[in-house]
Parts: sequence; C-alpha cells; structure tokens
Amino acid sequence: MTISFIIICCIVAVGAIAAMSLRNLVHCALCLTVSLAGLAALYLRLEAQFVGFAQILVYIGAVAILIVFAILLTRSNEPDESAVPRAGSWSGVAGVAVALVVFGTLVLSILSSSVGKTDLPASPGATVKDLGNQLMTHYVVPLEAIALLLTSAMIGAVLIAKPDKLRAGRVVKGGGEHASGT
Amino acid sequence: MGNPVDQIFVILKHWLLSFCPEGYVPIASILLSVIPIMAVFGGLFALTTILERKGLGRIQNRYGPNRVGPCGLFQPIADGVKMLTKEDIVPRAADQVIHFLAPFALIGPVYIAYSVLPVGRNMAALDLDAGLLFFFAVGAGSELAIFMGGWSSRNKYSLLGAMRAVAQMISYEVPLILSSVPVIMLAGSLSPTAIVDAQGGHSHGLMQWHLFTPWGIAGFFLFMIAASAEANRTPFDIPEGESEIIAGYMVEYSGFKFALFFLGEYLGLFAICGLGITLFLGGWHSPFVFLEWIPSYFWFFGKLMAMIFVFIWLRGTLPRLRMDQLMGFGWKFMLPMTLLNILVAAIWHLSKTWLFPGVYLTRWALCLGILCAAYVWLGRSLAGNRSVGKRVYRFAD
Amino acid sequence: MTTLNQYLIVSALLFAVGLAGALTRRNAILVLVGIELMLNAANLNFIAFWRFGPNPELLRGVMFVVFSIGIAAAEAAVGLALIIAVYRHYKTTDLNRMDTLKG
Repeated sequence: MTISFIIICCIVAVGAIAAMSLRNLVHCALCLTVSLAGLAALYLRLEAQFVGFAQILVYIGAVAILIVFAILLTRSNEPDESAVPRAGSWSGVAGVAVALVVFGTLVLSILSSSVGKTDLPASPGATVKDLGNQLMTHYVVPLEAIALLLTSAMIGAVLIAKPDKLRAGRVVKGGGEHASGT
Repeated sequence: MGNPVDQIFVILKHWLLSFCPEGYVPIASILLSVIPIMAVFGGLFALTTILERKGLGRIQNRYGPNRVGPCGLFQPIADGVKMLTKEDIVPRAADQVIHFLAPFALIGPVYIAYSVLPVGRNMAALDLDAGLLFFFAVGAGSELAIFMGGWSSRNKYSLLGAMRAVAQMISYEVPLILSSVPVIMLAGSLSPTAIVDAQGGHSHGLMQWHLFTPWGIAGFFLFMIAASAEANRTPFDIPEGESEIIAGYMVEYSGFKFALFFLGEYLGLFAICGLGITLFLGGWHSPFVFLEWIPSYFWFFGKLMAMIFVFIWLRGTLPRLRMDQLMGFGWKFMLPMTLLNILVAAIWHLSKTWLFPGVYLTRWALCLGILCAAYVWLGRSLAGNRSVGKRVYRFAD
Repeated sequence: MTTLNQYLIVSALLFAVGLAGALTRRNAILVLVGIELMLNAANLNFIAFWRFGPNPELLRGVMFVVFSIGIAAAEAAVGLALIIAVYRHYKTTDLNRMDTLKG
C-alpha cells in the first residue's frame, strides 16, 4: 500500500461521502467531481490510460456540468431542510443501515476470497492503438449500438425537457412567479 | 539527437540531472520540465497583454499604453504590481471556500495541459500515448472552474456569465474535438509527438503539414473558430461581454484572484493555439527544407506568436455575436461541417491508392468540391431568406 | 504494493456510499448522483479485475468500462431531463412529494 494510493483513496471516499451528505446541492455536485477525478487517478494507477482520461472528459466535462445545470434549473440549490432526513428519522437510519450491511457483506466476501491476495502482475502494455483495433473489429457491433443509444438519448432528452407547446403559457407564467419570489 | 543548438535545452536538462543525487532524479526531472513551462508561458502572458493592448490600440486608431518604460513596454510589470497590491474583496454573501478555490481550479488544469504539447524536437514534458485525450480531458476541467467562480459570487451577472460560458464551452467543445478527429485518424495516433512526426516529410515541394490537404484547410478553420469560442475570445466573448454583463463570471473578483482568472484565460488561449499548431501547422517543423537549421522551438513559438496575432486582429475587427446566434452557429453549422470533414478525410485517405494521371489534382478537386458545396449549401439554408438590406435604425420614443 | 483486495474494498466503499445516498436523500438529483457513484464503483471493479486477472491483452475489462461510461452519460442526460420535466409539473424535486399518478 503506497502513499499515493492512500491519498487517492481518501480523496475518492471523502468526496463521495461529502457528495451524499452535504446540504447545499451545488457543493454535492462539486464533491462528486472531486471523487470522480480521484477515481480517474485510480484508473491511471491501474494503467488504463484511455479509460482514465475518458472518465475525466465524460464525467467532469459533461455529467457534472449537466448535474449542476439541472440543480440550477430546478432551483434546488437553496439549502433545503427537508432534503436531508433529520437525525433519528426512520427512513434515514434504515437507508444507512442497509448500506452498512451491504458494505460489510462485500468486505467480508472480499477478504475471505483467495483471489485478491496476488500482487500487481506485469504491465499488460496495452496501448490506445490496441483498444482502437479491438473497438473496430471484435467490438464493432456494441460500438454501433452505443452510437445509436447516445443519439436516441440525446434526442429523447431534448424532447422530454422541452416545454410542451400546449402548456407553454402556463410554464412561463409559473417560472416568472418563482423568479420574482426569490 | 540532431544538432546541439536544436537540442540545447534537452542537453542542458540531462547535464543538470547528472549533478542530482540518485534518489531525487525523478523529482528533479519533473521540476526541470515544469518550471520552464510555467516561466515561459507566464512570460508570454505578460508579453501578450502589452501586444494586445498596443495592437488593439493601433486597430482602433490610438496609441495604446505608452507611459511605462520605452514605448510602454514595462506596462505588464506595472499592471502586475497594481493587481498584487489591490484589495482583495470577497462579497459578504459569497460562498467563501468556492470563491477562493475557483481561480486555482482554472489555472491548474490549464498549466497541466501544456505538459503534452511538444514545443520542440524531443521537448514534450510528457509523451503520453493518449496525449490528445489528456489535453481535452483537462480542458474540460476549466468549465467547472468558471462555473464555480460565477456561482459562488452570488451575483446575477456572474451567474449569467458563468452559465453562458459553460453553455458555450460545452457546445464548442464538440466541434473542437471533432475537427481534430481527422488528424488522429490519418496520423493513426493520439500522441501529439506522433502527430508532429507524421507531418515531418516533404513531397511535391511542399511540407506535409496537415494544413496542406483539403480536409486540413477546412479542419484548421473549423478548429480555429471552435478554439476562439473555447478561449472566450471575440467574436465569441459573450460570457464576459463588458457592455452587457460587465465581466461575466469575473465580476466579483478583484486583485490577485482577478489576475489569476485573466492569466488562466490567456494561458488557455496559448494552449489551444499550441494544439492547433501541433495538429495542423506541423508542430515544431520548419516550413521549408532549407530553413531546417533554425532550431525547432523557434518555429513553435514563432507560429504561436502568429496565431496570437491573428486572435488580436480578430478581436479588433469582429463584433460580438448574440447568444442564440452563437448556439445556432455551433450546432447547425460547425457540427455538420466537422462531421463532413471526417468523411472527406476518409475519402482523401482511401483515394491514395488510385492510379491514373492527374490523380493528385482530382483528389484535391473532389475533396475541396464536397467541402465547398456543403459550405455554400449550409450557409445559404441557414441564412434563410434573410437578405442583408439597408440598415434600419430604431430609436426609443 | 497495492493488491487487488485494496481496490475492491475502495470500490465496495464507494458502492455503499452511493447506496446510502440513493436510499436516504430525497432530492431526485442526488439520488441520480448516488446511482452514478454505484456505477463508478462497478467500473473500478472492472478495471481492477482486468489489471489483476488473466489475459489483460484482450482488454475485456477496459472495453466494458468504455461502454459503461458511454451508457452512464446517456443515463445522466435522460435522467436529468426527466427530473426537469417532473419539476416543471410538480414544482419540486423532492421525491416524497411526487406521489400522485394523476397528470
């Protein structure tokens, strides 16, 4: 266990816990970014260069921005008391308990298996070129499928989020009231 | 290793490393790569501010700064002293932590991006296999920094500026990456060093820069347009728009932090110009064989200065776009053109095996024809039947 | 040196944090964030198993993560669009208050 690994793990864990427990939603989104950046560093440690950079590009460059935009568009950035369950509330305790049980089970099963004790094997030396060759030969069908999926997701997202023409008047009016109230 | 003048910095680094104790060599090596990058591009920032103010002054028929030092050349130093000694004001309502972190979150990724740019022969600080992806990935980090700055200020102009900036940068990142895809495709590598090497040959009396191919010309122009939007330069500087939202996300910043934002913006411009040089303008290669004796880093920085000059020129010449025009241009024109350019690059590559007399000219004509036809058709259809007629002025009653 | 177990434990922790968040937070956006964290925990597992497992030259784990990242991006886009559409209707992103089927 090297120092850099411990530092990265702390960043990932603290970022994730903060993202799930802070009150201000924009802070949550920023902590999520920190956690995901740490995860990208872990990928780089595991010599998955392409995936690590893709992780930064997609998650920090796109998903985090998307989340931040959604937070601002839905006006949930004001700290909301009801967003965090009060200490001692039944659902909050139950949720954390379930998560702890899952974590305990996972850790127990990881520690009891004999697979994970081996040290890091020699570097596979996989280059981006190999990845590209695999994508264009063996994995070309999934690649095309994901292209279709992304296109349809983009069109779908635009259609869902677009204000309904018929309700346009009401929506604009509602938004205006809200804006003047704050 | 080539000639010693060309490699002087590489040799110098190895020479300095030979004095270093065994255990500290990796750290010393990193420092010897990082410190010159920080110093050189920081110095270039100071030089560019004075050049920009002088150049804009000339374009607008005035002198520009001419008080400090000979011809006003020490103006950047005076500016620096002013920035450092100014009071650092943080709004009471601001989110203190994020307001403080934002400028550093902007500067950090921008400096990291320089590490993959080959500024000379054997002079890339980090020769990554996926270097180009690295560049774009760290570039994506600056969007979040701008959002942090704008949101944490608790000022509607900053928030507006930040939202504009983020929306613009996301929209133009797509054409920026897509316009560099043909280069990656034909060079067969994501490594900037390999891309520069691919442009090193000579044929038909011409350098094999990617600029000198039909898809390269189109790609370079598309790249430059997207780059000026990414760097928030005129005509795409609506996130800052002094006349509408004062300075956008930087409104509530003063003193040193404002200077950092300013520095980050210029460094982002240099980085993206450097990438354009690497991708299309042959990196550190000289334009002609007989000029090879001039060291490679001179060529890189010469090209960089030329690109910066073009950006200053554009800033002095073009008016600012409107937000909807900017978005429409990005998604309706840039995106289809970049996609078509990938196709044209594929045609150019595949037609390499054709064998008949005059094949070179035919390939050029075919590829350029497709691009020009698309340009004219797309431009016409987007302009619609809006004709540019006599300008009508309306005044408030 | 780091072993496979350490990566797996980090991943388990990330998964548990994401699960706890998704179960306890009431804001729809945060639930989505929790799901993203769980997805990333799975990605870390894939990469770790790829690196430590046999036949790394086949790049199976890496491929899985590449596709997984693509799908996660699509999921986030559609999910957030749905949240915005729902917000437009209910004027809230609190999941406890979205309790009617009537439009």
